[in-house]
Amino acid sequence: MKYHVEARNVVKRFGPTVALNGASIAIAEGETHALVGRNGAGKSTLVSILTGLQPADEGEVLFAGEPAPALADRDAWRRRVACVYQKSTIIPALTVAENLFLNRQTEGGVIRWRALRARARELLDTYEVDVDVQALAGDLSVEQRQLVEIARALSFGARFIILDEPTARLDGPAIERLFTRMRSLREQGVTMMYISHHLDEVYEICQSVTVFRDARHIVTRPVAGFPHGELVDAMTGEATAAYQSRARTPGERVVLAGEGLSLAGRYREVDLTVRSGEVVGLAGSASSGKVGLAETLVGLRRPDAGTVTVNGVRVRPGDVPSALRAGLGFVPEDRHHEGFVPLLSVAENATIPIAGKLGRFGTVSPSRQRARAVQLIDDLDIKTEGPGQPVGDLSGGNAQKVVFARALVDDPSALVVINPTAGVDVKAKQALLGAVEDAVERGAGAVLVSDDLDDLRVCDRVLVMFHGRVVKDVPRGWTDHELVAVMEGIEQ
Amino acid sequence: MTTLTASPSPRVRLARFRDLTLVPVILILLVVGAVLDPTFLTSGNLTNVLQQQAAISLLVLAEAMILIAGKFDLSLESTVGMAPAIAVMLVIPASAGGFGLGLPGGLVIPLCLLVGAAIGAFNGFLIIKFQLSAFIVTLAMLIIVHGLQLGPTQGKTLFELPDSILYLGSAVWLGLPASIWIAGVLFAAGIAGLAYFRIGRSLYAIGGNIDAARAAGIRVDRVLWGVFILGGTLAALAGVLETGRLGAIGSNQGVGWIFMVFAAAVIGGVSMDGGKGTILGALTGVLVIGLVQNILTLKGVSGFWQPVVYGAIILVALIISRIAGGKAQD
Repeated sequence: MKYHVEARNVVKRFGPTVALNGASIAIAEGETHALVGRNGAGKSTLVSILTGLQPADEGEVLFAGEPAPALADRDAWRRRVACVYQKSTIIPALTVAENLFLNRQTEGGVIRWRALRARARELLDTYEVDVDVQALAGDLSVEQRQLVEIARALSFGARFIILDEPTARLDGPAIERLFTRMRSLREQGVTMMYISHHLDEVYEICQSVTVFRDARHIVTRPVAGFPHGELVDAMTGEATAAYQSRARTPGERVVLAGEGLSLAGRYREVDLTVRSGEVVGLAGSASSGKVGLAETLVGLRRPDAGTVTVNGVRVRPGDVPSALRAGLGFVPEDRHHEGFVPLLSVAENATIPIAGKLGRFGTVSPSRQRARAVQLIDDLDIKTEGPGQPVGDLSGGNAQKVVFARALVDDPSALVVINPTAGVDVKAKQALLGAVEDAVERGAGAVLVSDDLDDLRVCDRVLVMFHGRVVKDVPRGWTDHELVAVMEGIEQ
Repeated sequence: MTTLTASPSPRVRLARFRDLTLVPVILILLVVGAVLDPTFLTSGNLTNVLQQQAAISLLVLAEAMILIAGKFDLSLESTVGMAPAIAVMLVIPASAGGFGLGLPGGLVIPLCLLVGAAIGAFNGFLIIKFQLSAFIVTLAMLIIVHGLQLGPTQGKTLFELPDSILYLGSAVWLGLPASIWIAGVLFAAGIAGLAYFRIGRSLYAIGGNIDAARAAGIRVDRVLWGVFILGGTLAALAGVLETGRLGAIGSNQGVGWIFMVFAAAVIGGVSMDGGKGTILGALTGVLVIGLVQNILTLKGVSGFWQPVVYGAIILVALIISRIAGGKAQD
């Protein structure tokens, strides 16, 4: 069988770490091939080797049976393989047109801007991307930016495109549009490698799947007839049951309440109550206002009207310290941005909210801090060298666990978590959801905001938001279809 | 749901004129100056303003390019004095304070530019190859390079200069001082280079997102190194113009300029974070500072009080751009 892209026995070391240990992948022409594995399995390293950004220490890469071009010949690489990286490669201060033709604005000589814009428009039209070529790339939405990147990647004439976690920052409808686009590219004969943590997406869009684990190739199989459970087992290397959410009975005490909350452009007249021992989900599309509402509950945003009550105490609107004092813990949406200080240690990050309780007269006792951190590392099963390791060195899942530790360190009676499992692997995801349920069993009440329907299964009820309003209160036992229909405003 | 159409064009159109925001300020300054002092609007005075700003404007040109590429160079001001001083000492006899090497006087300008390029190359080596912080490296180099002028000259002013180094700063071409022509031509080249050539655009790409620039096949290290070398060379040329204008090289030639250079670049719309701003904007920044300086001098404001005004101008410009741009600054 002839493969469009092949990597054979690739070895790549970074100092003492072996990122790829004799890993192989073979992708047939015209298929959409998934590459899955836990964080640290070697996926990103394989991407950088397949796109010619890094050389392999051993092994070879073949395109249509031919050896890969020399590393210095960027143009040759770009004619063979296109990649939409996890990290945006768009330059925000430049226009869309210039981003599309970066470093090839002209064959040489003076840049003719009018002609460049025309070429950009033509390129975007070819791929049916409706974006103003004169807009600054920084003003685009995540989805638009990604479409521009895909168009740019394909404009080099490559027939093979790597999509590295393209759905991580998209909402439901945008993901659907991306899939429609991917299907039409496939019909045009484009071969794709698709990387995602969402296995349901793999089943939806891919024909075959390769699993990497611990820097090695584990299995390659057609997606059809590959049971979900076996795929997860291949990724984790052990038999893992699908996450079973636990049954419980919510208490009577209201631990978190919002009354008549409104914020212009985000949400309107929202009332919500969370009882002790209850997980309340917030679902909706990106424009539904669910994140804005959750950020209001924790004090990151100040509402135009309405009040937030934590544990019976009315907190000052838009004031995080006052919410924390009242007994609230929260996991923010973007962990890199608001979740942790990368250069500070695990211990310090996890204990920021209780720093005042770790010593007297404003001092922080290092031994008490350490002891508390060791306990949290143990509780949450954080893989770290010790409490002194900087959080910036941890993998995504473990860094997120540190953010959880920070939220849980003061035994909060109300917990607000926003997209807790974004960009973390299967096992970390289960551990994080388990941590939410543990806290709730200890008597807390939780609000869980997520774009991932699987996360919402742990909720006792899900409030669905549409255009800034809570439109439905769905009890446990919903089906994906039911919930999505409400989220899209198709039915109520 | 979100539509795929990008925000409508008015913002884009506005953005195209962003580098001209200081033009109204310049017009106001011209009017204010004319009202305050009748000699202000004479061609003699305005020529004088331009000539005084010619040398410093070359530094602004250099710094704007370096800032757009996302880097930093504080050492430019020391090069302004050191490069011509060392070049001159290489050619003048020992009796006049030189090294007594007996090199021909005609070599003085090439030598001077070479010294400037070498300083830029050394900065580039430390920052790009050795990956040190541009701020700290060039801060150290600011001190070292100035010391390399003070050491050989023993802090003395060099008076006996070869004619060739005096020519550019004092000659008059077609009714205007040569230094104005030189600065004008170089700015025109800078404006065109950064707007219409791939190499110029690559500065924006590097300053905007260095990884993306690398992924697009831009030879990032080579371009950055080139910018530092060009910056050092321009600073040396500024030194030549200043030497010719003053007829001597004092031990503090160029000292303290870097604050004005940054002020001009920043009020002209060049971002300290890299990737934003234009050379035309930087030029308007130089003109604003030059006109303010001239008006203050004509009105007899004490030189000791002028720094307060310059500092205030920078703050006001920042506040205006914060209000106009709407984004928090780092």
